[in-house]
Amino acid sequence: MTTTNGVASLRLISDEIDGFDLSPSDTEEVHVLAVDDSFVDRKVIERLLTISSCKVTAVDSGRRALQFLGLDEEQSVNGFDGLKVDLIITDYCMPGMTGYELLKKIKDSSALREIPVVIMSSENILARIDRCLEDGAEDFIVKPVKLSDVKRIKDYLTRDVNLGNEGRGINKRKARESCDLSSSPPSVITSSSSPSSPSSPFRSPSILSSSAPCSPPSTLDSPTSRLKMTISD
Amino acid sequence: MDVVSQLQKQFIDFSSSLYREGYVDDQFSQLHKLQDESSPDFVVEVASLFFDDAEKLINSMARALEQPCVDFKQVDSHVHQLKGSSSSIGALRVKNVCIAFRSFCDAQNREGCMRCLQQVSHEYTMLKSKLQTLFRMEQQILAAGGSVPLE
Repeated sequence: MTTTNGVASLRLISDEIDGFDLSPSDTEEVHVLAVDDSFVDRKVIERLLTISSCKVTAVDSGRRALQFLGLDEEQSVNGFDGLKVDLIITDYCMPGMTGYELLKKIKDSSALREIPVVIMSSENILARIDRCLEDGAEDFIVKPVKLSDVKRIKDYLTRDVNLGNEGRGINKRKARESCDLSSSPPSVITSSSSPSSPSSPFRSPSILSSSAPCSPPSTLDSPTSRLKMTISD
Repeated sequence: MDVVSQLQKQFIDFSSSLYREGYVDDQFSQLHKLQDESSPDFVVEVASLFFDDAEKLINSMARALEQPCVDFKQVDSHVHQLKGSSSSIGALRVKNVCIAFRSFCDAQNREGCMRCLQQVSHEYTMLKSKLQTLFRMEQQILAAGGSVPLE
């Protein structure tokens, strides 16, 4: 048996939705496609997602991810709509096709661009984070990935359903802000072991710790604006 | 003190020492949160994957550094992978050596790389031994009818 928390909260949100035209996949388990070339990381992310009540498909490359999504090399979709994917979570550094390149291919595809993409990386490089977010990534997680990171992503995926899939981009981040009191801090600054973290109020350990309550919304901006504040520090 | 309590105390002491001595960090305890009745051997399984991965990578690094003309990008690629997987499992000391190792790769410093290779191999061997001991202690507690204390 897996933990009941994830399932309970998902059911609760589903029960509260009235009058929304939900496709079957919205009321079933969230289906996540995880992409990572590392055996160890694939096992961990698979488990993190499963324990968070997600259905997981884990592949080891961008190419395989695109094959799974039905986007073959000719850039056309094979009319393959069987296994609908609700979220793609991909490593950044991979041989062949990087996570960023995978992100671009997905966002360039009319069939797939609506699928949220989260990028993971062991390197906390602000320029990289910025570029991914600006080019359509939903979020950027600094590895190692924790349960709180997965929970946060799942929370705003299901919240997205509540907003009728309207909370795209900046709006989605604002929606996340207002609910930040109940969720863990955004992951771009989660990595407390990152050697490059400058000291600033937003990076103090008490805010980073997932067991500590979040600061009031006014001090927590969207990842992009926080990054801009950090760059100017 | 009965057998189970004794074993549990030894386990707690040993486990604490791994954290205190920096062999493992918080990520290792995060992995324990992912273990439950549906996946009771998760930590051991991930550790096994890590051991296989690390051994392959260390061997690859060694081979690459033996070449008359060292391909430092190739070495760095292996180190980067080892850094990633050691980070994911919470293998702190191994990860830290990898960080230093990458600097020597960037500097194309063969001697520095060789030293790091030795160090990473040493840290990996120590960690593997420690973790195997830890897992053995868990098995002993379970075999004696007790439960493994949580972190």
